[in-house]
Amino acid sequence: MSKERIKIAPEMFDIMPEEYQDLVDRATYGKEGRGWKDIGTSKELIEEHSLCAGCPESMAFRYILASLPAPEDTVMVGSTGCTSLVFPHVGVHNIHSLFGNQNAIASGLKRALSVRFPGQVKDVVVLAGDGATVDIGLDMTLQAWFRQEKFTTICFDNELYANTGGQESGLMQKGFVAKMAPVGKTFEKVKLPEIARESGCHYVVNCTVSKPNLVEKVIKNAIHVAREIGPTYLQLYTPCILEIGKNSMEGLQEMRDSEKPTERFAYKEYVSDEAKELLTELAAKEKERKAAAKKQLAGKA
Amino acid sequence: MSTMYEVLPGPEHFLPPAAASMGVRLPDPGQAHIHGKIVNEDDAMEAAARQFLSAKVPTIFPGPLVLWAWNEKAAKKATAIRHLYETIKESVTPSQQAMLIPMPDYRPKYPKINPEIEINPNHPNLTIWHNKIDACMFVGVHCHQANLSLKIIRGGTYCYTIAMCAQAGHEDAMVSFRDATADKIMRLADWVKKLKGSVEPPKD
Repeated sequence: MSKERIKIAPEMFDIMPEEYQDLVDRATYGKEGRGWKDIGTSKELIEEHSLCAGCPESMAFRYILASLPAPEDTVMVGSTGCTSLVFPHVGVHNIHSLFGNQNAIASGLKRALSVRFPGQVKDVVVLAGDGATVDIGLDMTLQAWFRQEKFTTICFDNELYANTGGQESGLMQKGFVAKMAPVGKTFEKVKLPEIARESGCHYVVNCTVSKPNLVEKVIKNAIHVAREIGPTYLQLYTPCILEIGKNSMEGLQEMRDSEKPTERFAYKEYVSDEAKELLTELAAKEKERKAAAKKQLAGKA
Repeated sequence: MSTMYEVLPGPEHFLPPAAASMGVRLPDPGQAHIHGKIVNEDDAMEAAARQFLSAKVPTIFPGPLVLWAWNEKAAKKATAIRHLYETIKESVTPSQQAMLIPMPDYRPKYPKINPEIEINPNHPNLTIWHNKIDACMFVGVHCHQANLSLKIIRGGTYCYTIAMCAQAGHEDAMVSFRDATADKIMRLADWVKKLKGSVEPPKD
């Protein structure tokens, strides 16, 4: 059904750039159970990105876009930063907000979509950096959670303002010295996951993007909970390899090192009782779906 | 109505003025404009057809409003545009090369667009320069992006621009139609067919 909405006029198909032909023919819009394993076998919803070689943010983008449960019914809201360089290449509706007001935009958008498309599922997903989420936009971030707005907030936490040369951010770890913060951070990393929990988020996760299956799971959970219950928050470590003095190939190891049990990105999850109930229900349905699919496959063989 | 300012092929200069700010106004229904002067729609049809037939590389740039089959109207327009393109191709001499190049989206594309297969409103001059396009028609491009492109083209190239607009027309095009429909595009194709052989082809 979803692919019906994005048909190229037949007379124009042959002149369209290949990336659009691929999006129509081989993308996973409308596919039940889509996920990161589709990467490599179908058209991804991201074209050549413009981030640095080896940037963990690009990995995060690919996993997230592959994991959205219904990309054709999703609107993403971005903010200023490296993410805004990627959104022009993304095959999902997106809005670029002013620096920091992404959660305010998403609040209005979610409400407008529910009025415009009553009875239809429309997901809103905010994706912004730590500067936009925690420093400049903290007011909007928190107010959206207080109001129990039904959308997901994803923070790409690289612990500084990477796009502008390495200034200190609220999520920077204590004592870290950056190119534009030579004195070193003098106070602790803001505990936003804990603040999110206390502010009313029903599903909160703090992790890295080193494991695609984990990213897929938390993205799907966060979106399903936001759809049915209320705000959700994901804080994903996407280190800026340039600003922390690493090479292109070292991003993955940096994330692995930072997710050890004693480190600041050790997997941390908070799920409200309501959300737990919903996720259990969804997991049971997913199990049933997979069993049915397996059975069907066995029948064919 | 005549105006002092004429919307003519460029290169005018880096930032040409918006034709509207120079007193060029949009046509009323049933009218069109040539170089900023309001004319009868048939006169504009003839002028556009002559441009296609006398250009070395007459080109149509269809935009997202017709590239995608949003609805029946859009699909009909796409069929009409293809017909117009085929008609131009059949009507020009072997030394001329008709082209149909899409403007699939408006995003700033990094690191660069491929000018052989597409045109981007943020730097339409790249496609025009690369393919040496000397007459083009915009159709199915959202107005604000068409305005931007038409000004950049007038500023930096010698290309003759025609706008087949579904709304009120474009002051910044050298020839502009308004209220475009599939029938109107077919009428333009008829004009091209009618004038075939009567327009002097470009000299090498």
